[in-house]
Amino acid sequence: MVKLNINGQIHDVASEPDTPLLYALREDLALNGAKYGCGVGQCGACTVLLDGKPVFSCLVPISVVDGRAVTTLEGLGSADKPSPVQRAFIELQAAQCGYCIPGMMVRAEALLQRLPSPTTAEIRAHLQPNLCRCGTHMRIVAAVQRAAELSKSTAPQKI
Amino acid sequence: MSQKLPDANLTRRALLTTGGALVVSFSLLPSLGLAQAPPADTVSPQPSPPQPLPGSLKTSPMLDAWLRIGADGSVTLFTGKSELGQGIRTALTQIAAEQLGLAFAAVKLITSDTQQTPNEGYTSGSQSMSDSGTAIMHATAQAREILINLAAEKWGTAADGLQAKDGSVAAPDGRKLGFGELVAGQTLSVRAGSTSKLKMPQTFAIVGKSVPRVDIPGKLTAAPSFIQDMRPAGMLHARVVRPPSPAAKLLRIATSAVETLPGVKKVIVDGRFLAVVADREFRAIKAMEALAAAAEWSESPSLPKQSEIFDVLKSLPNKVYTIRDDKGPAGAVTKSLEAAYSRPYQMHASIGPSCALAQFSDGQMTVWSHAQGMFPLRQAIAELLTLPEDKVRCIHVEGSGCYGHNGADDAAADAALIAIGVPGVPIRLQWMREQEHAWEPYGPAMAMRVKADLDGDGRIATWDYSVWTNTHSTRPGGAGSTLAGQLKAQAFAIPAPQIIPQPAGGGDRNIIPLYKIPNVHLDHNFIPEMPLRVSALRGLGAYANVFAIESFMDELAVAANADPVAFRLKHLEDPRARDVVSLAAEKFGWQAAAKLGPGRGHGFGFAKYKNIAAYCAVAIELEVERETGHIRLLRAVAASDSGQAVNPDGIRNQIGGGIVQSASWTLHEAVAFDTTRILSRDWSSYPILHFAELFETVDVHVIDRPGMPFLGTGEASQGPTGAAIANAICSATGVRIRDLPLNAARIKQAIGV
Repeated sequence: MVKLNINGQIHDVASEPDTPLLYALREDLALNGAKYGCGVGQCGACTVLLDGKPVFSCLVPISVVDGRAVTTLEGLGSADKPSPVQRAFIELQAAQCGYCIPGMMVRAEALLQRLPSPTTAEIRAHLQPNLCRCGTHMRIVAAVQRAAELSKSTAPQKI
Repeated sequence: MSQKLPDANLTRRALLTTGGALVVSFSLLPSLGLAQAPPADTVSPQPSPPQPLPGSLKTSPMLDAWLRIGADGSVTLFTGKSELGQGIRTALTQIAAEQLGLAFAAVKLITSDTQQTPNEGYTSGSQSMSDSGTAIMHATAQAREILINLAAEKWGTAADGLQAKDGSVAAPDGRKLGFGELVAGQTLSVRAGSTSKLKMPQTFAIVGKSVPRVDIPGKLTAAPSFIQDMRPAGMLHARVVRPPSPAAKLLRIATSAVETLPGVKKVIVDGRFLAVVADREFRAIKAMEALAAAAEWSESPSLPKQSEIFDVLKSLPNKVYTIRDDKGPAGAVTKSLEAAYSRPYQMHASIGPSCALAQFSDGQMTVWSHAQGMFPLRQAIAELLTLPEDKVRCIHVEGSGCYGHNGADDAAADAALIAIGVPGVPIRLQWMREQEHAWEPYGPAMAMRVKADLDGDGRIATWDYSVWTNTHSTRPGGAGSTLAGQLKAQAFAIPAPQIIPQPAGGGDRNIIPLYKIPNVHLDHNFIPEMPLRVSALRGLGAYANVFAIESFMDELAVAANADPVAFRLKHLEDPRARDVVSLAAEKFGWQAAAKLGPGRGHGFGFAKYKNIAAYCAVAIELEVERETGHIRLLRAVAASDSGQAVNPDGIRNQIGGGIVQSASWTLHEAVAFDTTRILSRDWSSYPILHFAELFETVDVHVIDRPGMPFLGTGEASQGPTGAAIANAICSATGVRIRDLPLNAARIKQAIGV
């Protein structure tokens, strides 16, 4: 059994230690946020935060995750309590098929934690590892900017 | 409101008892016939439906195929089309809610399912709004009048003055009867009438509003939304192993070592169709890798040289379809131009590789798939498994954006072929990235040649255009259309390729220029033999034909010493075409853009998609780095006319997305292959647009046409965008590049620095 710390909760998972985190999230924990896209770290659909830094969960075996904090899309917020990033993406309708968007939002969350007011250029540079095929890019960038505004307006309530 | 994934454990019996028994269909008493047209002053500008019935009512004319009202007043809408990320779930619901006088949230929508919905063929060709949207508009308008007439009959009053609102029919004196009460005890189905009392566009409360998409909140908060998120109890994971190349023959394979791997439940070797089934997903992947390693193949060259593909295609036997041969007056010719253009094989390259679930229980095969057509898929799978069609049910569940015929149908056939050997167990088959890239059917390569003459007034006097290409749809149609059907030992023959006739067209889609030209000759050289596996990619032939036509329009404008936009307007008579061209030019600031600095250029492109769908004009500004050939996209401004705009934000999302996707096709994309293998097998060997290359701004201006027919939008902007980029590169550098993609190496070579 490997112990995983997912969104602040500890889980014992049955997957073998060499199993990529993506499969443990989706299969052992039935979490839908991280998506399978390429399995080789080229598209970012599976992006999660590992100790606050974005990683491709398709590449990280659970054996090296042991005990470290993993944040998935589910850890940002829920349908009832969407996070600022989720609220911004919903408000701007920043999705077409929506398959790549969870990875985009998780990566954006890492940027906003580091840089609360990123420029458009900083957002684009930060999202560079993630691919979108529907061409939703313009709305994705705008939604991250909007999320920065929403984060600031809600910041005092966070404490 | 988020969507629920279908319950994979739902049986047919359960479906009938939960769905059927509570559902009451309409009856139409003969005395309440709708055949009479409503008074002229209440008729919207939407023309009364002529014979035959409008949209998909042609093929599914019974109203209860589209709409059911439960005894509790619940309203369920049915469409044979599927949500592909284009937003039709929301737009179709808007149309129904509007005509029924219901709140948007009060309408439940069931999408493509062979057991529940009308058969509307494929969700393709930007036809969902014109096919299904039109049918639903008329079906729900007629249902509303039936409900009003039922209330009038119960009250013994005239129907005039009664209103359907918020789930009830209300009389001016305040009396109300709920939809559920009205339909109670009614069991007859009714055919759609030939006229509908449509609501006036100026009274619309829901249509024309940018209602937020119903599927987005769930997708963005990790609710189960995609086929990949289905996890029925007892599900096993399957993977296929594909041959290393299209013509590879299996020499030998030793499966025993794979069968004893942890969790492996089954190994399938059926001709060249290889698959594994395991209890856990990563174990299935390991078993797939072990099975691939255990297979010994003999590979042989079966593909043409990539560098010679257009010569090869043109040398293959073809059948010429002359699409138009107009002879008219022509003044003295002052200039003649000729040019050849090309588009390579390009792929759909969905971000999520194809996936399907299948379960074979009690002689019944149920398949969950993100393919574009559940009814055609059912036919293919029934043939593949030698089952009667009524023993196969196909249910659409969303996948990653598909953009045409990608691997979805193949994955569904794979899953079904595996599941029939593991009865009683839901099988989840997920393709790997490399399988999607290497085996999906590509958008066909195309070669275009155009000649034109200008007269003394700077008008186009003659236009002679030819395109050489394969079929642009090999969708099922039959087990032989699927990889499983082609690879299994008792293989099915690949069906003979078919043309798609005009006005939609396949490789000849949008071959007819919308410009007023007296002498026009258009040839579609249809090449039956397919060196690479091909099928429908978003827009089919329209993308490359519009790229060629609109590039050549700029070449002619230069020859006529005319501004490209003015030159187009000079040849455009359709007022709606003129409107989008003028609006895009105005919003872009076309006149001012003529004075851009060095290295910068601006370009224009226009088309009416399929010549029967949405109008779209795109203007683009970009910068070319001469030393590297690298393009910096700056601005895109589009104007579109989709008729009555049901959801303007949805239109902007589709047009804007199409512009960015087309920029990726245009600047980067070509499937790479050697004479044996497909070489584009991941995102590094098939690069697409990244954020760093994105436009600075993309603006879409929607021209609304209240009351006019819905015009499909999803594929309207790709062609104009490709041409606008090529024209902008020429404007920036003086160099015309006619072969796609317009990548940095090609631009650098063309500039000659």
